[in-house]
Amino acid sequence: MSYRLAQGGRLINRAAPQTFRFNGKSFTGFAGDTLAAGLLANGQMLVGRSFKYHRPRGIVASGAEEPNALVGLGSGNSFEPNQRATTTELFEGLVAESQNHWPSLDFDLLAVNNLVPQFLTAGFYYKTFLQPRAFWKHVYEPIIRRSAGLGKAPAPEARDPNRYEQIYAFCDLLVIGGGIAGLQAALSAAQAGARVVLWEQTAHWGGRAPVDGVEIDGAPAQNWIETTLAKLAALPNVQLRLRCMGAGVHDHGYVLGYERVTDHAPDLDAPRHRLWRMRARRIITATGAIERPLSFAGNDLPGVMLASAMRDYLVNYAIAPGREVVVVTNNDDAYRSAIALRKAGIGVPAVIDARAHATGPLPEAARALGIRVLTGKGIRKVKGRKCVTGVEVCRIDSKGTAYTDTFSCDAVAMSGGWSPVVHLWSHCGGKLLWDDRGHFFRPDPSRPPLGADGAGFVQVCGAANGDLGAVLEGAHGAGQKAVSAPLTPAPAQEKLESEAPMEPVWIMPRRAEYDLRTKMWLDFQNDVKVADVQLAAREGYHSVEHTKRYTTLGMATDQGKLSNINGLAVLSDALGQPIPATGTTTFRPPYTPISLGAIGAEARGATFQPLRKTPLMDWHAAHGADWEPVGQWRRPYTYLRPGEKRHDAVNREVRNARENVALLDASTLGKLLVRGPDAGKFLDMLYTNMMSSLKPGACRYGLMCTENGFLMDDGVVARLDEQSFLVHTTSGGADHVHGWMEDWLQCEWWDWKVHVVNLTEQFAQIAVVGPKARVLLERLGGMDLGAQALPFMGWREGKIGGFDARVFRISFSGELSFEIAIPASQARAFWDRLMAEGADMGIMPYGTEALHILRAEKGFIMIGDETDGTVIPQDLGLNWAISKKKDDFLGKRGMERSAMQNPLRWQLVGLETVDGSVLPHGALAVKAGLNANKQAITEGRVTSSYFSATLGRGIALGLVERGPARMGEVLSFAGEGKTRITARIVDPVFYDKDGAKQNV
Amino acid sequence: MLVLTCPYCGITAEETEFKPGGEAHLKRFGPGSSDADYESYMFNRKNPRGVHFERWRHAYGCGKWFLAARDTVTLEVFGTYRAQTTTPPADLVATIAQKRPDWEGV
Repeated sequence: MSYRLAQGGRLINRAAPQTFRFNGKSFTGFAGDTLAAGLLANGQMLVGRSFKYHRPRGIVASGAEEPNALVGLGSGNSFEPNQRATTTELFEGLVAESQNHWPSLDFDLLAVNNLVPQFLTAGFYYKTFLQPRAFWKHVYEPIIRRSAGLGKAPAPEARDPNRYEQIYAFCDLLVIGGGIAGLQAALSAAQAGARVVLWEQTAHWGGRAPVDGVEIDGAPAQNWIETTLAKLAALPNVQLRLRCMGAGVHDHGYVLGYERVTDHAPDLDAPRHRLWRMRARRIITATGAIERPLSFAGNDLPGVMLASAMRDYLVNYAIAPGREVVVVTNNDDAYRSAIALRKAGIGVPAVIDARAHATGPLPEAARALGIRVLTGKGIRKVKGRKCVTGVEVCRIDSKGTAYTDTFSCDAVAMSGGWSPVVHLWSHCGGKLLWDDRGHFFRPDPSRPPLGADGAGFVQVCGAANGDLGAVLEGAHGAGQKAVSAPLTPAPAQEKLESEAPMEPVWIMPRRAEYDLRTKMWLDFQNDVKVADVQLAAREGYHSVEHTKRYTTLGMATDQGKLSNINGLAVLSDALGQPIPATGTTTFRPPYTPISLGAIGAEARGATFQPLRKTPLMDWHAAHGADWEPVGQWRRPYTYLRPGEKRHDAVNREVRNARENVALLDASTLGKLLVRGPDAGKFLDMLYTNMMSSLKPGACRYGLMCTENGFLMDDGVVARLDEQSFLVHTTSGGADHVHGWMEDWLQCEWWDWKVHVVNLTEQFAQIAVVGPKARVLLERLGGMDLGAQALPFMGWREGKIGGFDARVFRISFSGELSFEIAIPASQARAFWDRLMAEGADMGIMPYGTEALHILRAEKGFIMIGDETDGTVIPQDLGLNWAISKKKDDFLGKRGMERSAMQNPLRWQLVGLETVDGSVLPHGALAVKAGLNANKQAITEGRVTSSYFSATLGRGIALGLVERGPARMGEVLSFAGEGKTRITARIVDPVFYDKDGAKQNV
Repeated sequence: MLVLTCPYCGITAEETEFKPGGEAHLKRFGPGSSDADYESYMFNRKNPRGVHFERWRHAYGCGKWFLAARDTVTLEVFGTYRAQTTTPPADLVATIAQKRPDWEGV
């Protein structure tokens, strides 16, 4: 069992004890501990249960690669699942809980999965639980969901109280990784004058060098680290940032950095996480290397740990992983751990070395300390159920049927060699080389990720480059090269013991039989074993990408950190091909998970997106507006009076507009000024009808189509003068139509003299609607609004009640209607005046729903309801608005296609249900019989459907096959389930067919 | 996320500031054109592996449309130029031909 040593620990402050809770139990650690260190210091070896088999799992690693020690942190609104104990800094009052067990960590009933592993082999979800079919949804899936998986999401009603932010930044060189290589690269570039940013994901500079006992210029590495940091801190062109992980490298030098600002100190008044959106001209990744596990039976028991992680816990936190530790290795580096453990007074019964010989300085130093070294051997299996009790050793080249030696121990340190962290290099297309000496993939400098200038923009130095020996010289060169500085000799040199080559051991023993292979874990997090990958290969999964998905090897947060090379090696072996022929899976960002809070940052609540406000919005809000989003605007759907129901409010507004006088805030309507000598010619190209013949003072309704001939927007165009037109677009279409005009003017007809200005927000537009509209406006006094002075489809400019007004005699309701454009600054005063003057007449505002009903009663189409991007004007009976005189307009050629002439096209009709009810919006008209695929045959659909307060019944518009030729026919529309609703085809104009009411 | 330089205002900005507009140098075929020409104009787009000419609008900047020559594989941007032309500038074509000897040309 692990425990804290009385002395040592370079990162902890024994004077500052910290109390924390794990699964409800109180523990004490020290400031400087990680949560993992704090747990180990208290002997808590068991930290979680595995994904599928619910096997007991302990801490394996000391950093971001940790697969097992995922915990739930915090509680209530601040609860967060799946946090790595190894990267969580301890603070006073921290609360953590383990995951994926039921009912408890120590006693997990679901560990029965462990007894029937054949049900959960590779691809089990494709193979088992298939029959009976009905069981999947109600029995199998709920059970699997309960037993598999890791942390649980916070409660749905939980709301994260923390702040998050994002920052854009720029630099000449971004160095990711603050070990000695990263520090040297940053300093060498910064001393050449470049703007340098250096990120380190942990809370400490210097990386592994101090733990590994590296000497630089004859002194401990820590001295050099401190001197270098002081030099960097003194340079104004350098920014240093701890706890900031390079999450992803993207196109053209775009890098996401995930800074955990207050995770270690929740009381700080600062955003919890900060997402750096860095544009770096050049990038150096100095992300180090990760030690690989070895695949032997029982390698997942709590107490089996990476040899380097053990060294980290020992040197950094003064933690003994056990009282007796067996070391198993295929390389010299693990001897450093054996030596360090022994020097700390911990028993090391043996180093088991898979190689035939181990004679370098490190093995000799171990032997000199009295440590027994067994060569040519491997672990046959680890003994123990919830913790390590011993190991059985066998010859490395055997089948492992019998052991040659046994050792009692309570921990095992394993080292399978090192894998450079190539993730960031690979994210944006950097290619890898197989290194035959280190048996790992490392960056191929001749195939880097390429930037906008076609040159490579990422370099790698240190262990991330596969340099497992001296790194300072290479890092110095990389730093200078990255900023095109003249190359100088390296200013510092480090000294390391020489190491003999490692020898690859992908499974231990090499010819292990099935019962051993089925207990060798490749991917601890996803419970993938050697036998699973071999099974996948036998079943034909030869592509590494397929095998990954079939077995889940390297999925989730592992992303190939621990499992990658061992898994590839086992797959390659099963396929009888070398590892480079198998290749790696794709490395995708982020390197380790980043919080959703940081991704969303400030874009939440009211700042999620801009809200566009009409000048009358405050008035609406004060008068019961029931809001409806319309693009980035919000418009009143209706105005609710106290105690009134929505439906009743809408009907009241419709009746008032038909019988009395009503106001509509139409300010969201798009208003584009199109001006220039060629403005008429331009609008003739954009609209299906003729606009150039329009006289100043007159308005015309027009249709805009795409080049496909499909209706895109509609609205009224007013000619202001010889060279100026005011184009009204739909509310949602204003920006799009503006962009559309700019596109044609800039890219196709660039010699035409026209310019376009979007005036949408400069003017409010208020529709005064109803039989008493003129009477009301005349009360305000001013310009002549009589039928002679301002006829239907005319417009005039003048004063009304002292306000500057442009009055359009247009109607989208079928009533007498004046749409009045008022400078935005005067709009509220004008609206207030209208409401006051009309009070005794019963004036009311109406919302968008009444607007829709009024227009539907008149059979007026609405873009987005009657159109959906496949409808041509002819489908809507709008042939009258398509000019036959013009040689060309946008969409004319598209409409000439044979499919657009098809007589069976669905065309606009009115629909009245036989029983007077309201048809469901979007309902399909169904014919008798089935098609060749045994599906229902449709012959039309409802595009708009309302209760008409004016007519006291449901009305609808719809598109029906040959509809206008089938007046009076009754169609059958599909309702919910198998219900059918019958409706009669009628004229789409339901009310005032002659237009008598609007033309007075 | 790409970085492009707007040839009008000279600002180098990232992709979110621009709006993509698809293939550049399309020739419009309107009324009277053959079905084949119209189809090609409306629907048939190049999707090359390598050199490609594209339309971009500096939508959240100066508002101008411009054209860009780009390698769709390496994402190298050979250059950007104003939209008021039916062919890419000769010096840009020469640059691309030099950098990509296998390129079939405009």
